[in-house]
Amino acid sequence: MENLIALLVAAPLLGAAVLLCGGRRLDAAGHWLGTLLAAASFVVAAVLFFGMLGRGAEDRALHQTLYTWVPVESFRADLAFQLDQLSMTFVLLITGVGTLIHVYSIGYMEHDERRRRFFGYLNLFLAAMLLLVLADNYLLLYFGWEGVGLASYLLIGFWQHKPSAATAAKKAFLVNRVGDIGLSIAIMLMFTTFGTFAFGPVLATADKASEGTLTAIGLMLLLAACGKSAQVPLQSWLGDAMEGPTPVSALIHAATMVTAGVYLITRSGAIFDAAPTAQTAVVTVGAVTLLFGAIVGCAKDDIKKALAGSTMSQIGYMVLAAGLGPIGYAFAIMHLVTHGFFKAGLFLGAGSVMHGMNDEVDMRKYGGLRAYMPVTFVTFGLGYLAIIGFPGLSGFWSKDKIIEAAFAKGGTEGWILGAVTLLGAGITAYYMTRVMIMTFFGEKRWQPAPDPHRAPDVEPAAADDGRHLAAGPVGSPAAEGPAGHPAGELPDPHESPRSMTVPMIVLAFGSVFAGGLFSINSAFVHWLEPVTRFEHGHPPVSAAVITTATLVVLLAGAGLAYAQYGRRPVPVTAPRGSLLTRAARRDLLQDDFNHVVLVRGGEHLTRSLVYVDHTLVDGVVNGTAASVGGLSGRLRKLQNGYARSYAVSMFGGTAVLIAATLLMRAV
Amino acid sequence: MSFPLLTATAVLPAAGAVLTAAVPAGRRTAAKWLALLVSLGTLVLAAVVTVRFEPGGARYQLTESHAWIADFGVRYELGVDGIGVALIALTALLIPFIVAAGWNDADEPAATATRRWRPTQGFFALILMVEAMVILSFEATDVFLFYLLFEAMLIPMYFLIGGFGDRAHAGSDEHAAAQRSYAAVKFLLYNLIGGLIMLAAVVGLYAVAGNFSLPGIVEARASGDLTMATSTERLLFLGFFFAFAVKAPLWPLHTWLPNAMGEATAPVAVLITAVVDKVGTFAMLRFCLQLFPEASRWATPVIVVLALVSIVYGALLAVGQRDIKRLVAYASISHFGFIVLGIFAMTSQGQSGATLYMVNHGISTAVLMLVAGFLISRRGSRLIADYGGVQKVAPVLAGTFLIGSLATLSLPGLAPFVSEFLVLVGTFARYPAAGIVATTGIVLAALYTLVLYQRTMTGPVKEDVRAVKDLRPRELLVVAPLIALLFFLGVFPKPLTEIVDPAVRHTMSDVKQQDPRPEVEAAK
Amino acid sequence: MNPVNYLYLAALLFTIGAAGVLIRRNAIVVFMCVELMLNACNLAFVAFSRLHGNLDGQIIAFFTMVVAAAEVVVGLAIIVSLFRSRHSASVDDASLMKL
Repeated sequence: MENLIALLVAAPLLGAAVLLCGGRRLDAAGHWLGTLLAAASFVVAAVLFFGMLGRGAEDRALHQTLYTWVPVESFRADLAFQLDQLSMTFVLLITGVGTLIHVYSIGYMEHDERRRRFFGYLNLFLAAMLLLVLADNYLLLYFGWEGVGLASYLLIGFWQHKPSAATAAKKAFLVNRVGDIGLSIAIMLMFTTFGTFAFGPVLATADKASEGTLTAIGLMLLLAACGKSAQVPLQSWLGDAMEGPTPVSALIHAATMVTAGVYLITRSGAIFDAAPTAQTAVVTVGAVTLLFGAIVGCAKDDIKKALAGSTMSQIGYMVLAAGLGPIGYAFAIMHLVTHGFFKAGLFLGAGSVMHGMNDEVDMRKYGGLRAYMPVTFVTFGLGYLAIIGFPGLSGFWSKDKIIEAAFAKGGTEGWILGAVTLLGAGITAYYMTRVMIMTFFGEKRWQPAPDPHRAPDVEPAAADDGRHLAAGPVGSPAAEGPAGHPAGELPDPHESPRSMTVPMIVLAFGSVFAGGLFSINSAFVHWLEPVTRFEHGHPPVSAAVITTATLVVLLAGAGLAYAQYGRRPVPVTAPRGSLLTRAARRDLLQDDFNHVVLVRGGEHLTRSLVYVDHTLVDGVVNGTAASVGGLSGRLRKLQNGYARSYAVSMFGGTAVLIAATLLMRAV
Repeated sequence: MSFPLLTATAVLPAAGAVLTAAVPAGRRTAAKWLALLVSLGTLVLAAVVTVRFEPGGARYQLTESHAWIADFGVRYELGVDGIGVALIALTALLIPFIVAAGWNDADEPAATATRRWRPTQGFFALILMVEAMVILSFEATDVFLFYLLFEAMLIPMYFLIGGFGDRAHAGSDEHAAAQRSYAAVKFLLYNLIGGLIMLAAVVGLYAVAGNFSLPGIVEARASGDLTMATSTERLLFLGFFFAFAVKAPLWPLHTWLPNAMGEATAPVAVLITAVVDKVGTFAMLRFCLQLFPEASRWATPVIVVLALVSIVYGALLAVGQRDIKRLVAYASISHFGFIVLGIFAMTSQGQSGATLYMVNHGISTAVLMLVAGFLISRRGSRLIADYGGVQKVAPVLAGTFLIGSLATLSLPGLAPFVSEFLVLVGTFARYPAAGIVATTGIVLAALYTLVLYQRTMTGPVKEDVRAVKDLRPRELLVVAPLIALLFFLGVFPKPLTEIVDPAVRHTMSDVKQQDPRPEVEAAK
Repeated sequence: MNPVNYLYLAALLFTIGAAGVLIRRNAIVVFMCVELMLNACNLAFVAFSRLHGNLDGQIIAFFTMVVAAAEVVVGLAIIVSLFRSRHSASVDDASLMKL
């Protein structure tokens, strides 16, 4: 059984290798091969899952060691996999949603001449992500961690001829690298503290280390999680990452990769449990991001960026729950899974809308689409109900538990966290209702597509895959001219092909039922309990009160959005808005801060260093050479050819010699 | 007497150099093939050395020893340890690719070619000569012999840099020639000054020890037969270290490298940074640490700081460069900082990592630099700003360039990651603060490589770039095996670590250092 | 008479000769100044010879005279040929010794 684990990773890896090295011969069949291998991985995962269900709760974990990857004295990193309940959950989510998104991409990328490569990258992502969750030690996890970063980089920048996409890709990789510093240092700390960095020994003996060390490790892991999961202060890349094709946003930047941080924290639970300071930092980061993402999501007019803000906020929920310790781990993972379903569904729906609307992403130019795209409308609508936590749907079950757990933290902290999560639920309802109304309801506000041939920085050769050309430069879509492209035609919204709608329907099923299924007899919690441990939290008020409060807040948020956007016409050009709105549109000025402090500052630093290197470091050497040259030039002047001056030096020299001799004798 | 295998690995390329130089002017293609065959033959010999070497055996193996200058106790002594084997293998491996990559680099236009002026023959003969000297310097266990080679390899390098410049340059031919000779002279002067100081130290060592045999002196010191005053040892150490730090190059002695790598052709630039410079770091491990263990420990704090400055400073300067080749040169300075850091962290992870780093950096820089060279030769410019959108017109070239970039930024799965992480862990275990500072290097490395990739390969296709052709089969054949090797050593570095580890263990015991113990003894 | 006074005189003559060599431009005058210096030395030698009571100094003085005579022959010949080619006896005109 355990020999199958390597197959999980190997199948998509093979796909990536074949598709990326295969050349144009595979253009016709590449997407089928990629999808097939993703599906194969899912089948293997299912086999392993049922095998696991057949065993008792205590011996469900499987282990497979391939060989020792890096052996240097006491430093040993094995290429070994560990498949326990936590990994299994992730494997099913990754391969399941991954396969669906492969299928969706067949239709979505149909007109792209580089479709084969796209599927190669997707397979590469699956392999890396599976490696991440299957690794049995932190170094191998780091391998997968960087691997998904690479896949994310390649896919965000897939349309590389767009400078905005290339910039966004680079930004994502760099911000993630900052987080990676945290992971590297955490691994080094583990090695010096425990002499190993394999999950088993480290987590088993975590409590023997000093609390200071554990806090340091915990904070470093948190830094890593912040980078990968787009948590404050390393969240700025996620919005720009929406430059990538929409299936990528759905798979990587909503359902799987961005949740790796939550996985890391949950996996390292034993370390965090013994380091309360680090835990406090985790919940703080989660709470801040939860509100941050929600506020940003309220102000964005770009449908994908609104959803990206929402992703940030939902992951904030998960991080917060993971920071609560054993009362929250299981709920964090449960929300992660349900979020994987509904957020992937929402993104695919957004992609479907864009597909029908000439790749327009500005929601102000949508409106009234429900009649034209019935399947998209229904699936998106179910995803919407799930994310806001409508009673009975997936999001309700998982988010409600997190809110309860937040209250159960106890003390003032519990009240603050509870209030934040409640407030977040309200804002979620607000911005999601806003997205829903602006897209599917109200009057049509469609605009003619900009003429691709007149758009700047677009070359004619790329016009055949013209879908992405209309997306415009990075930043506010409102910056594009609303009209004035006489060549463009009004969009002709239509339902997407079967290959795209089927995955959306499957995900909609997940969004509706997954949460409920998981909650029957707390099945999900019991499933994870051997790995993550579980304690019942005791909120200061009864669960019913909390649920009622959640529903009230939810209705308030949705009602406010309805009042603002449903009752009044939505202007095509975004109004100036309040100070907060404008700040939120600019991602609460994080990018401006980065630009001024890091980009500008860095530019000045490197430029001045280049100058210093040229003038000072090189100058010292060249200066030495020049002064030797100068000195010899001076000395050369003494050789003037006049016999008299030679005679003077002779006399002078003799005089000095005599004087010296006399002086020596006198002394 | 057994077959002198180690001598053969150096004699073959040296003889090949002479033969190549003698090929008549009209037969330059024959000269190229001859050079390639000789370099491949050397690779076979190096492979035999690697196979014959037993990791668990004696410290120095395949030894040869002959009297040479008896009056001064100079002997022709050769022998390899694991570190030497790894670097001989690297050198022998890279030279065929350098020869193949530089296939047309030295072809004079027919108009200026004469019977007596045979640049192609000279170019390949010089490369083979460098190979012979570098390989022999990895084998020499006699300090004087090593010194001789260390200095002598400057001569062919000088001519390679000064005589065969990059065709792609801004401005006039005269300007380019002036730049080139400036770079060559700078290279020569820096290394000569380092070498002179080393010569003083070599003479000083003879005065103290009475002979030049490395194993002999090390043994005599260990057994107490030979004692050195503390100040003598420190001075001698500094003399040796200075020369190696120039060669390596370590901040602030680095400024010759960007000039040399910028002006030389891409294959010669690879020869400089991937092969010749490795002699410097190799010699730190072999001579500085073994001959002067106490002084090495004494100097460690300062050297660690210099290495950290190199890492951060080189990376920051790489970010600020406008010239592709100079960017790679500064990146190399940053990487050499990592190597020196690993050596002087005095942990087995650090030193194993440093040795692996030498090998991996050689391969990864070769990929990046050679592909950059192919690109530059197509467009005729070294400036980053002259490129854009290459990915669209030459996807394979861009793909290989991306892999080279990713290797440079130490992505897991590619060989440099293993070595860089080992160096970081090894450093962190001894000096946590230094480890953390060095870790920032990984962000800066991502910055300069990805900015380079973004500016050259992505975005709209520039007008002048439109004519850029994708890699030719010869060029792909040069790059593909190196890339495959990067992947292989990235996921399976064991063959390399097995060879290197025993040598590192010996060095660690020479400097009387042990790995720090973990805080908590984990239940295994 | 105190022989030391002869030494003073020799030093004075030598200094006059040296100053002349350094200052004057006419090759003939320079030449005569060199002779003056040589004779100052001769005077010193003879004075020392007397002072120490042996003949070594006087013998050396004879040698010096011989050398001086040879020098006059060669030196005047050079000056004459210089004057012929340059129509000047100034030493500053002949600065051919620098590259």
